[in-house]
Amino acid sequence: MKLSKVFFNGLIKENTIFVQVIGMCALLAVTTSAINGLAMGIAVIAVTVGSNLVISILRKVIPDKIRIPAFIVVIATFVTVVEMFMKAYTPDLYKALGIFIPLIVVNCMILGRAEAFASKNGVIPSIVDGLGMGLGYTLAAVTLGVIRELIGAGSIFGFQIFGAGFEPALIFIMPPGAFIILGILMGLFNHLRRKQEKAGEKEEVLDEYIYNID
Amino acid sequence: MNIFTILISTIFVNNYVFAQFLGICPFLGVSNKTETATGMGIAVTFVVTLSSVITYVVHHQILARFGLEYLQTIVFILVIASLVQLVEMFLKKSSPGLYNALGVYLPLITTNCIVLGVAILNIDKEYNIIQTIFNALGASIGFAIALLLMAGIREKFEFSNIPKPLQGFPISLITAGLMSIAFLGFSGLV
Repeated sequence: MKLSKVFFNGLIKENTIFVQVIGMCALLAVTTSAINGLAMGIAVIAVTVGSNLVISILRKVIPDKIRIPAFIVVIATFVTVVEMFMKAYTPDLYKALGIFIPLIVVNCMILGRAEAFASKNGVIPSIVDGLGMGLGYTLAAVTLGVIRELIGAGSIFGFQIFGAGFEPALIFIMPPGAFIILGILMGLFNHLRRKQEKAGEKEEVLDEYIYNID
Repeated sequence: MNIFTILISTIFVNNYVFAQFLGICPFLGVSNKTETATGMGIAVTFVVTLSSVITYVVHHQILARFGLEYLQTIVFILVIASLVQLVEMFLKKSSPGLYNALGVYLPLITTNCIVLGVAILNIDKEYNIIQTIFNALGASIGFAIALLLMAGIREKFEFSNIPKPLQGFPISLITAGLMSIAFLGFSGLV
C-alpha cells in the first residue's frame, strides 16, 4: 500500500467526522472558536500518532484476547501526557478545552485506528495513518470552529472581520449552533461526494464507449 | 447544592447531551428505533450510576490518599472497561432475558464518553457520595430522555421527504440542534 494513499484515505476518503461520523462529542463541544478547534485537533493528532506508533511496535507482543484493554491503556497514557503538557505550557487552552482533553481516551476513532490499522501494519504506515486520520479530524474541527466563530462572534482566530455594525448571532457559539452547522456541513460534504461519484460513473461510461469504438 | 437541584439541573437545564455534548455517538448511532433507544437508556443508567460510585471510592480512597491524581484518566477508563465486562458476564449468568435485551449495548458503553465524563465531573465538582449518585442518575436519565425523544422523531423521518444529501446523519444533527434550542428554554429554572 502506498503511503500517500494511506494518508489521503484518512484525510478525505474516510474522514472521521464527515464520513464515519465518530468522535463527535469533543468536536461539537470545543469548536466555539477556531483556535480551540485547532488545539483539539493537534491534541488528537499527537495521541493518534503516538498510540498508533506504540501499538504497531507492540502488535506481535500483545496477546489477542486482551488487546482492547491493552490498546486503551496505551491511548490513556498518551492522553495523560498531552494533558500534562497542555496544563504546563498552554494553561488557557487547557482551561478552555477542560474535561474534553481526558475524554480523548474514549474518542472511538483512536481505538478504531489501533484495532483496524496499527495492530495489523508496520510502524511507518501506522504513523502515516495516524497523521492522516488526525489531520482529517483537525480539518473538520477548524472548519467548524471558523464558521461558528465567524457567525457567532464576528472574528476568525480572534481577529475581528466585520465592522462594529455587525451583530453576532450568539446562538452559533451556544450548543444548538454546533449541531446545526455540523449538520449542514455534512450535508454539503455528502452532496459534493455524490456529485463526484456521479461524475466518476459518467467518465467510466464514456471510457467504455470510447473503448468500444476503438 | 441539594439533591433535587442536581437532578433537575442535570436532566433538563444542563442536559448532558444537548448542553454538554457527552454521549453524542450513541445518541446518533442507536436512536433509530424507540425500542433500541429504551434498551440503551436503561443500560447506560445502570453503568453510569455504578461506575460513578466505584470511581468515587477509587479516587478518594486510593488515588487521593497516595497522591496519584494524575493517573485519574488511565485508572478510571480501566475501572469502567472492567466494570462493563463484569456486568456483561453477570447478566449472562444470572438473567439471560435481560442480557438478551441489553447485551448488545454493553460493549458500546465503554467508549461512551458520558460514563467517563460523569465520573470525572463528579470529582471536578467535589461532590460527596450522595451528590455523586444523584448527579449520575440525573445525567443518565437526561441522556435516556434525549435518546427517546430523538428516536421518536427519527421514526417519523421514514415518511418524510428529505433532500438526498441531508438524509441520515445531517438531518439528525440539525434536528438535535433544534431540540437543543428547545432545551435552552429550561435555563434559569435552577
